[in-house]
Amino acid sequence: MFKAYKKLWLGLGLFMILSPLGLLATGTAFGEWGTDQLPEEVGFVPTGLAKLADLWQHAPMPDYGIPGLDASFMQSAVGYILSAVVGVALIVAIMALFTKMVKE
Amino acid sequence: MHIPDGYLSPQTAVPFLALMVPVWGVAVKKVKENLKKREVPVLAIGAAFSFTIMMFNLPIPGGSSAHAVGAVLLAILLGPWSACIGVSIALIIQALVFNDGGIMAIGANCFNMGVIMPFVGYYCYRLVKGNADVTSGRALVAAAIAGYVGLNFAALFTGLEFGSQYHLFQAADGTPLYFPFPIKVAVAAMMSEHMLLAGPVEALVTALGLGFVSKNYPELISKKYMKIGNGKWGVESHV
Repeated sequence: MFKAYKKLWLGLGLFMILSPLGLLATGTAFGEWGTDQLPEEVGFVPTGLAKLADLWQHAPMPDYGIPGLDASFMQSAVGYILSAVVGVALIVAIMALFTKMVKE
Repeated sequence: MHIPDGYLSPQTAVPFLALMVPVWGVAVKKVKENLKKREVPVLAIGAAFSFTIMMFNLPIPGGSSAHAVGAVLLAILLGPWSACIGVSIALIIQALVFNDGGIMAIGANCFNMGVIMPFVGYYCYRLVKGNADVTSGRALVAAAIAGYVGLNFAALFTGLEFGSQYHLFQAADGTPLYFPFPIKVAVAAMMSEHMLLAGPVEALVTALGLGFVSKNYPELISKKYMKIGNGKWGVESHV
């Protein structure tokens, strides 16, 4: 998996290290407001939305961070980079399954 | 563009999930048939790149944010079905591990960013590139346009899915049950953000990415266009 395409791996690594730049945009994307933001953004919390919003509560690193580690930009940046590492590792592990499935 | 849980009614979100199951089935079959063992790391890197690029939030004036996706680059390099697998895996991990995008909304999100975007982008790229060489300037321009168009089609579909909820699902007192704005507002907001900001970034990422790969790993691209697979020439064998 890691033998070839060194430059692509390096490029990916560079993007992972630089990922905290994405934290500088603090605004919430359109249509992705949390139930805590909806009163301000919309004026109310739609009742159907409220019932479904917290459907998934098992995300270990919600919002690409480590719970409790968000006191400063540096702490958030560490959580963000670590999130990139975890996400990329999971993706590569899943993709490795294809190595056995595909032809030479 | 990651629709959270609650913004789509179950009547909308679940059919998207049901639709994606056979699409993923076909995609896995296509990838097993057409992807070479030596290309698997490229798919892994491409999916990982898509995951990472989505973390680069771009500030939108007015307090919003948006991001590029990378799906069209993956589609140009390995075909749209490979891109579908790569982006879908990135999106599923984002939902499960990072709570970015809903669980019930995984189908809709994978449809928008993992089907619409790579397929529209891929055919847009081929249309603009024509018979030009993949290392030519025209191919890079085609990649830029394809990235821009692909992302904006994904934004359009997201806006339509959002906005349709307002009209279809209302409480007895007339208040919206799920996404709270009319379709015009949803489409206008999604499109303006992606046409003005995230789209140009996606264009840049797609063209620079293709240029980087064709410069450093020309064999990865040229072989695909030269080889004869199943009697078919060129990229068709990837589709």
